[in-house]
Amino acid sequence: MSEWAPRLRRGARLGFDPVRRTPVVLYPEGVVVLNGTARAVLGACDGVATVPDIVAAMTARYRGVRPDDVLSLLRGLVARGVLHPEEAG
Amino acid sequence: MTPQPPLGMLAELTHRCPLHCSYCSNPLDLVRRERELTTDQWRSALTQARELGVLQVHLSGGEPLARRDLPSLVSHAHGLGCYVNLVTSGLGLSEARMVDLARRGVEHVQLSVQAADEDRADIIAGARAAKHKKAAAAAIRAAGLPLTINVVLHRRNHDQLGAIIDLAEEWGADRLELANTQFYGWAMRNRAALMPTRAQLDAAEPVVRAARQRLAGRVEVVYVLADYQDRHPKPCMHGWGARQLTVAPDGTVLPCPSAHVITGLRFDNVTERPLAEIWYESSSFNAYRGEDWMRDPCRTCDRRGVDLGGCRCQAFLLTGAAENTDPVCVLSPHHDVVEQAVVPAADVPFVMRR
Ligand SMILES: C[S@@+](CC[C@H](N)C(=O)[O-])C[C@H]1O[C@@H](n2cnc3c(N)ncnc32)[C@H](O)[C@@H]1O
Ligand code: SF4
Ligand code: SF4
Repeated sequence: MSEWAPRLRRGARLGFDPVRRTPVVLYPEGVVVLNGTARAVLGACDGVATVPDIVAAMTARYRGVRPDDVLSLLRGLVARGVLHPEEAG
Repeated sequence: MTPQPPLGMLAELTHRCPLHCSYCSNPLDLVRRERELTTDQWRSALTQARELGVLQVHLSGGEPLARRDLPSLVSHAHGLGCYVNLVTSGLGLSEARMVDLARRGVEHVQLSVQAADEDRADIIAGARAAKHKKAAAAAIRAAGLPLTINVVLHRRNHDQLGAIIDLAEEWGADRLELANTQFYGWAMRNRAALMPTRAQLDAAEPVVRAARQRLAGRVEVVYVLADYQDRHPKPCMHGWGARQLTVAPDGTVLPCPSAHVITGLRFDNVTERPLAEIWYESSSFNAYRGEDWMRDPCRTCDRRGVDLGGCRCQAFLLTGAAENTDPVCVLSPHHDVVEQAVVPAADVPFVMRR
């Protein structure tokens, strides 16, 4: 897990919806409406930063970020097809 | 309860299609070319959809490439900020055309494949179509777009499942969607010929499981169960009028592509009523929102939040009332109609879609 450097799947991109006034991620199978933290986490998923790097970046930026929350958010985004699965790196 | 704005729109640009798939879910009563929306009407529908909250547009049909204005509609949807998904049989998808569509804003393509070998595929599609598909897949990959291969499974191709998976891998698919036939439109007409046997479905599971393991991280394999053979129905469309809307070739706005079968409902047309009003206020979109419309056994069932009582179109088609429990459910008092339908019939010929 600590080696996992999450990255967006091919065809997925971050965006901003002026209608809902919220960040979103658009990808082949659908759309996920994001809150600010989720947007920041996804923005850090560049395929280079590992999960501990992302957690460190988030704790520096937001109060009360828990590593487990970041990990479960990332796994949820894998399950929805936004991020590449962990095994695949 | 105020509904949330929609996230997706299925734009059925035309019902015209060079293929005649026996499993096609399009309606028996296809919209003719003269009644199709004009380019400007489609542009207006797309603009209204974005203003309403739609972020993903699926350009489908029929065959969307049969519309000559497809490139300009792609540009328009992309310019609005929508994610554009092209759903195609691949016929007529040359490399030059694909590059142009990608440049204009198509971000993902779903390519349908009928079987693992060309002869079988052409019989299922009722057209000499299969030989064009490999080049279409290559054109999509060459344009740098993610490729999903869609295969509708039924009695006449389940035996090729392993070879279909190999083909998807060989053609460089990012994703393979193996969907057992849903029985609407022409597929309902051909139900007896298409119904997979229990043995076929049982054989499919280990094949899919092994493929998922082998292809992990390369090709995502999605397998959609045959819902007639499941114990409970699927939560259709995440709920009626909850996340998505469909615009038919003539501008009829539907909560799901099959909803026109429910004869008791009156569906509005995007050329006659603003899309936002149709989404929030129309009788058709409000008919089965939430849970108030439910009858027993759904009304008091613990699973109603999970499966939403199944599909309203299927309930209507099989029991005559859309408010009934989807009869796929073992708890439905009409479940016997499904039990009878899954008994394998002797091989009957296909009625090809027009
Ligand atoms: C109606 S088709 C239109 C687009 C294009 N002509 C094609 O076939 O790809 C849209 C999608 O629905 C799938 N489909 C068609 N009939 C179906 C059925 N009875 N059950 C499940 N999926 C179906 C097709 O494989 C295709 O991916
Ligand atoms: S499923 Fe087949 S017949 Fe139906 S629209 Fe697609 S390619 Fe045409
Ligand atoms: S009775 Fe209705 S809610 Fe309960 S499982 Fe069956 S379809 Fe779902």
